[in-house]
Amino acid sequence: MSGHDHGDDGVSRRKVLECMTWAGTGVLWTITGGVPRSLGIIDSAQAATAAASGMTFLQISDSHVGFDKPANPNALGTLEEAINKITAMPAKPSFMIHTGDITHLSKAAEFDNADRIISQSKLDVHYVPGEHDFLDEEVKFYRERYGRGTKGQGWYSFDAGGVHFIGLVNVIDLKAGGLGNLGAEQLAWLEDDLRGKSKSTPIVLFAHIPLWTVYPEWGWGTEDGARALEQVKGFGSVTVLNGHIHQVMQKVEGNVTFHTARSTAFPQPAPGAAPSPGPMKVEDAKLRAMLGVASINFKQNEQRLAIIDTPLQG
Amino acid sequence: MKTLNRRDFGVDFGLALAAAVLLPVTTARADDIEVHIDNFVFQPAELKIKVGTTVTWTNRDDIPHTVVSAGKFRSKTLDTDDKFSFTFTNAGDYKYFCSLHPQMTGMIKVE
Ligand SMILES: [Cu+2]
Repeated sequence: MSGHDHGDDGVSRRKVLECMTWAGTGVLWTITGGVPRSLGIIDSAQAATAAASGMTFLQISDSHVGFDKPANPNALGTLEEAINKITAMPAKPSFMIHTGDITHLSKAAEFDNADRIISQSKLDVHYVPGEHDFLDEEVKFYRERYGRGTKGQGWYSFDAGGVHFIGLVNVIDLKAGGLGNLGAEQLAWLEDDLRGKSKSTPIVLFAHIPLWTVYPEWGWGTEDGARALEQVKGFGSVTVLNGHIHQVMQKVEGNVTFHTARSTAFPQPAPGAAPSPGPMKVEDAKLRAMLGVASINFKQNEQRLAIIDTPLQG
Repeated sequence: MKTLNRRDFGVDFGLALAAAVLLPVTTARADDIEVHIDNFVFQPAELKIKVGTTVTWTNRDDIPHTVVSAGKFRSKTLDTDDKFSFTFTNAGDYKYFCSLHPQMTGMIKVE
């Protein structure tokens, strides 16, 4: 988890994330001015323009390497397609975050395969775990690979391009009948981590399960997520990036922008649109339009991070 | 026989299977009961059984689940079509849930 301290913390203006929604591979985030908005499908030339100024990073999520059910018999293959899209980007992003469920069953071979493909991007990757990454008997495979330099169950923070990034773990010690869980130890660490930070520092919080309540009936939310959000409320720009629900969802509340990314493996239904949140089988021709990555761009002197969701296939 | 090496207290899957195999000697097979996991729901969600009954859970979803009753039993991660069995030798109410999807809950009442 090497930091990406690009120095220059002279962010005096209020910063907020701006979200441009492509149709499906990852989310490209950029920090510019204005209100989060969806630009729909944009072409790579536009993406290149967005990326040309300011710091750009990527979000990928829910690669579920090892998944081989009808909703996508080759999750490793679609992850590779996503990475190929990233490799082909005209402007190289600064780094990538992966918001969890790297693997489907936490098998060593699944982690190895995921790493073999993701490392082809030649980008530094900052991970947080999903519940599917903690399934091995001794719960050690994720930690051995990605836990170095992290605190507690794997949380950490780093600075890049004037933005403070905080990776949280909300998939441990879940309580019967409850939602995702951060826990007292992590919340105390967060308070400590934010202490003394200038309120003009743009904050990016990322975690696997949405930190906001998307749909509690399906467990899509975090029991004590509001306590984390309370701690960042005073900051001028807060962006919350999550995965878990395998679809793009966005919400803006004051200075806080919430965004969930697509999976690179399989789509899940909209809240309440199916009997369960399980993998959604779509026509083969439509699958790649529902998978994707996101790209996020941060520009100094502008107010918002711009997020571009890109499908594997328009 | 496998040793118990799980960090959480739990009944080893191998042990539970062995118990299920031995049980017919002392208990009528008809006493054994199945719970299915379909669409992130334990079905039936509540069961009343007699002491000595073995309950077998089968995951029929495309997503892994677990069956966990705090301090009582804990399955391994059940992938599609995997099973977990537990023989209830003591009366009482056993609330359980899926540790991956905690909104999934169930209850076994043993008398
Ligand atoms: Cu479950």
